Amino acid sequence: MRNSLWRTGAVIALSTVTLAACAGQSGKSDTSASSGGGNTIKVGILHSLSGTMAISEVTVRDAELLAIDEINAAGGVLGKKLEPVVEDGASDWPTFAEKATKLIAQDKVATVFGGWTSASRKAMLPVFEKRKALLWYPVQYEGLESSPYIFYTGATTNQQIVPGLDYLKEKGKKKLFLVGSDYVFPRTANKIIKAYAAANGMEVLGEEYTPLGHTEYSTLVNKITEAKPDAVFNTLNGDSNVAFFKQLKSAGVSAEQMPVMSVSVAEEEVKGIGVDNVAGQLVAWNYYQTTDTPANQKFVAAFKAKYGADKVTSDPMEAGYNAVYLWAEAAKKAGSTDVEAVKKAAGGVSLDRPEGKVTIDGDNQHVYKTARIGVVQPDGQIKEVWNSGEPIKPDPYLKTYSWAGGLV
Amino acid sequence: MTAVEAPVEAPPVVRREPRRWQGPAAFAAVALLALVVAPLLLEPFRLGLLAKYLCYAIVALGIGLAWGQGGMLTLGQGVFFGLGGYAMGMYLKLHDAGGDLPDFMVWSGVEKLPALWTPFGNPVFALAMAVAVPVVVALLLGALVFRQRVRGAYFAILTQALAAALVILLVGQQGLTGGTNGLTNFFDFFGQDLAADETQRGLYLTVAVVLGVLYLGARQLVRSRFGRLLLAVRDGEDRVRFLGYNPATVKTLTFAVSAGMAGIAGALFVPVVGIISPALLGVVPSLELVVGVAVGGRFALAGAILGAVVMGYARTYFSEELPAAWLYLQGALFVLVMTLAPRGIAGLAAGLVRRRREAGT
Repeated sequence: MRNSLWRTGAVIALSTVTLAACAGQSGKSDTSASSGGGNTIKVGILHSLSGTMAISEVTVRDAELLAIDEINAAGGVLGKKLEPVVEDGASDWPTFAEKATKLIAQDKVATVFGGWTSASRKAMLPVFEKRKALLWYPVQYEGLESSPYIFYTGATTNQQIVPGLDYLKEKGKKKLFLVGSDYVFPRTANKIIKAYAAANGMEVLGEEYTPLGHTEYSTLVNKITEAKPDAVFNTLNGDSNVAFFKQLKSAGVSAEQMPVMSVSVAEEEVKGIGVDNVAGQLVAWNYYQTTDTPANQKFVAAFKAKYGADKVTSDPMEAGYNAVYLWAEAAKKAGSTDVEAVKKAAGGVSLDRPEGKVTIDGDNQHVYKTARIGVVQPDGQIKEVWNSGEPIKPDPYLKTYSWAGGLV
Repeated sequence: MTAVEAPVEAPPVVRREPRRWQGPAAFAAVALLALVVAPLLLEPFRLGLLAKYLCYAIVALGIGLAWGQGGMLTLGQGVFFGLGGYAMGMYLKLHDAGGDLPDFMVWSGVEKLPALWTPFGNPVFALAMAVAVPVVVALLLGALVFRQRVRGAYFAILTQALAAALVILLVGQQGLTGGTNGLTNFFDFFGQDLAADETQRGLYLTVAVVLGVLYLGARQLVRSRFGRLLLAVRDGEDRVRFLGYNPATVKTLTFAVSAGMAGIAGALFVPVVGIISPALLGVVPSLELVVGVAVGGRFALAGAILGAVVMGYARTYFSEELPAAWLYLQGALFVLVMTLAPRGIAGLAAGLVRRRREAGT
């Protein structure tokens, strides 16, 4: 009899969970019907808060929430406060599409800030295009895309990878080895790198891919040391960088002999990899915590005040932080949060941001950005050693580069 | 993994069938709920989610058949789901491209449509392949594995490895498969705008009807001579062999049927959700499906379906309300069910009904 009591209890527990789920669901749709009408403007924030990408994406969410707080403290947008609706993409691409639909259809948000991986963006793209809603995507990516319903506030290839290659060429590095995670961004980036190398008298000695999350790099490091390249171009993402840099260091390869140029290693990742393993290596971005602008001093101070003094700021975080300000500015200019009106007003919107001056290109909805090459310092910060001097016009399809003719 | 060799006894097979009207009445009630009430009450976004859970329920039905009835713990059902999904995705992609190259091939540097893709421009071929490819793969695998008397945990590990291998293959062949992004960005489904609410409602009804038909088919199969044989193979494979039957054939056929169901589910999933990617068919989603079946009750086909829908709903609910806690809750739910109710929700329900009946007589 005791046994059956237990079982009955379990049935009741399970049904309660299910019922709670149903109740929660219906209750929610009731309250969210009145969007836009009240004194707030709902905006969606959609990043991975769980899963492998959470470590990176949570920092971008924090930066976006900071921007929303600051804008609200300054009076909001069009006299209304912004109300963030935060959803979890769970590092799972179909979930991004599902949650994007929820934010648009159920919460009726004015715009969404979100995404990190290219795959999550590709999964969300049809949702935003079909429902004619806006997405602000804050991470550097592989280019070759220009959706009318996405604004890209991170770098496209001609604002990060091409300047990185220019820098290596200027330093006389002629032989390259390409290492990347096996997904769309590294593969496309490497295609561009090979086209650039062929046109600029550089040689690609090897091109290797490992699955996302791979941590065994001794074979790969052997291949690299045998090939003896002048430099390695690294498009590895996430945890793999930790293993790669550790094993490269234990193989006795120093940054002076064979520098590694990384495009997905920022301040946050340097902490994870361990400064000892990565100090002296090169990175290419548009923003560093050390970037010397008044707006950046304010941003870093505000971020630390809100989230803790040990926090660092990085390029994607800054791009997410900018995205909120750029959208708010475009909405103010349009006098409305209507998607088509904001799109129309966004072209030419220009702000002084932590990375310097950023301007929205109305044609491809990317942003003019200054390219910056940095060296990882022993204290975990990144010191800028080169910059492009002025913001570079975004060119996602590399139309203005003769060597890239065969790519698209 | 404990479930592989767990000393969970299947419920006794009830020969006497009291109150014959109860089963059909319950089925009709659920059908009414799914086909009439749900489309009326749920807003389009929630109906789309329900359609997604029902797609998973079709896979779960196949798992219930292979695992619950046949004792084959398949941890790689995502493979068959994915093969069906990709077949459908390839058709939709070619249809949208309208004679041009699909978008992802352009940015992957593919210049000419690969020969593998060409026939998928035909919807009939694509639909046939969505079922045929999983079935053939399962027949081949089954013929190789079951004849060698590979079973239990070894079979489970093998199917899991297959799921891992397929993911690596799909990710590596970006020009052919879309890599990690998978296939997405579909607009048109047999002349219907995929974004339209009516299309999504039609798709939901299609999924629900397909699930109902497959459930009835599976139920017939279980009650047939073949079904009795399958149970016998599960409970005493060697004895069945000594009686002159070939257990390998029985298991291979059942495995192929469950693979075909997963293929159909995959083909329906793609227009409903709008994406098929390696992340949907790897080890983790395959395991989640099995967990759903275990929670619902693997010995009853309806339990498998219920489990898939409950887990899908719980996943959406918790990820909206408590994103950080979802994985723990899922784990807790699994542990709770396995320790307190090893036969799942369906087992509990059946137990209660039986007890009440016994008390009544």
